[in-house]
Amino acid sequence: MNANGKPKLAMYWASACGGCEISTLNIGEHILTVDAVFDLAFFPCIADFKVKDVLGYPDGYIDLCLINGAIRNSENEEMVRLLRRKSKLLVAFGSCAYEGCIPALSNLTTRDATLRAAYLDNPSIDNPAGTLPQPHTAVPEGDLEIPFFYHTVKSLDQVVDVDYTIPGCPPEPHQIWAVLQVVVAALTQGGSLPPKGVLLGAGSVAVCEECALAKHEKAVARFYRPYQIRPEPGLCLLEQGLICMGPATLSGCGALCPQVGMGCRGCYGPLPGAEDQGMRMLTAIASILDVSGRPGDNELDLERKVEAAADTIVDPAGTFYRFSMAHSLLRRARTDGVEAAVPQPAVWS
Amino acid sequence: MSEPFEPVIIGFTCNWCSYRAADLAGTSRVKYPPNIRLIRLMCSGRLDPTFVLKALAGGADGVLITGCHPGECHYLEQNYKTLRRFTLLRRTLAQFGIEPERVRLVWASAAEGARLAVEIGKMVEEVRALGPLNWQGVIADDGDPPIAIYHPQSEWVQGVAA
Ligand code: FES
Repeated sequence: MNANGKPKLAMYWASACGGCEISTLNIGEHILTVDAVFDLAFFPCIADFKVKDVLGYPDGYIDLCLINGAIRNSENEEMVRLLRRKSKLLVAFGSCAYEGCIPALSNLTTRDATLRAAYLDNPSIDNPAGTLPQPHTAVPEGDLEIPFFYHTVKSLDQVVDVDYTIPGCPPEPHQIWAVLQVVVAALTQGGSLPPKGVLLGAGSVAVCEECALAKHEKAVARFYRPYQIRPEPGLCLLEQGLICMGPATLSGCGALCPQVGMGCRGCYGPLPGAEDQGMRMLTAIASILDVSGRPGDNELDLERKVEAAADTIVDPAGTFYRFSMAHSLLRRARTDGVEAAVPQPAVWS
Repeated sequence: MSEPFEPVIIGFTCNWCSYRAADLAGTSRVKYPPNIRLIRLMCSGRLDPTFVLKALAGGADGVLITGCHPGECHYLEQNYKTLRRFTLLRRTLAQFGIEPERVRLVWASAAEGARLAVEIGKMVEEVRALGPLNWQGVIADDGDPPIAIYHPQSEWVQGVAA
């Protein structure tokens, strides 16, 4: 199988949207170089491979395996364990594999509630018999099995050993290409690989530092949701009351979202040294919220003013942990008997 | 027989008011329950909410945040920030299923030793009534079967499963 001597490349999706694959193909004409340098060993999105092909490879056969997507069900876990065994270098590719991303937002609720929303409660659903996916179904021909839907979404590094991480939802093509070049040089010309465990394809400062919008002293009386106001071009979105995760998010994307009037969503993950991206953002927001008082003010009145300002931030957990839930300090919501007490985000206002 | 549940509460105090209040409670021999472990910060504004999450994830059953009364912070404005952080934090924690009684904010001046002791006592009893938080248990016991049990036929899963 190693006849042509080319290094073997694999890319596999776990619980993912496919955006990481698109971003990979968006490296443009460089894809021809990738094709010339590598032999594809497994890449279900663009080529016809079967799991049994991977099963047939010797351990460590794949030189570079990119895995995108979170671990949401037993099939995801099974596949990444298999690919870990068959790969020399395993990369957590994109925010889902890195820190859970959008799939892990369902860690704020339960498996049952997620299935109910997807198969029963959603207004567009027509399911009169109330059929829910069952891991096992007996049919005359035997037992049918589908993957087991997990209660807790995990990041890749919570399931298997990960060599490198490339952040982003999705990672930016120029960053992907830069990383591929380093790996290719190491594999084909004896270049040295980066030390194990590092974050590749990202900057080292906050998104704000690569954002061109004009910034001033920040004091915000209330926040708005993106549809509620039309931001003034050229001016920092936070200053205009739009939540922008820039201060708590690692650079590397080129601050693309704020340039088009959409606050940074936080997809490159926390800054170095920050253990919990959500809490870093919460602190930043609390610092610029312009509700204060004077000595002697009534403390209850003050609390009420702060509560009113906080009311303008709908769904704080979902906003501050939009991408990093699986890597947050709490990781998931507690659901032992207090599920009913878990408040749903306030009604859309 | 199982031991009665003794909640562990981490208490953050500021150097200038609430720590002195706790000190005053001690020197004036006012009793408060030993369930609280006080940590002194220079100011309540030093409290990174990450500390609260670390305490809860690391085994605490509750966290008490204390500081000077609004307007009396020795660094002028910082306890207003504390109040704003706390307000957002409590809302965030509610979405994680953490009851509001477990994370509280109390203002105490250096003269309010007795009042702080009462507030600590109240909080300990409230958290005792709620029971243990056991957050590592929440993370570990996620209701999912171990993969090796779910796919016993997959030799590669058996082989790699720790
Ligand atoms: S010094 Fe006490 S709250 Fe700031």
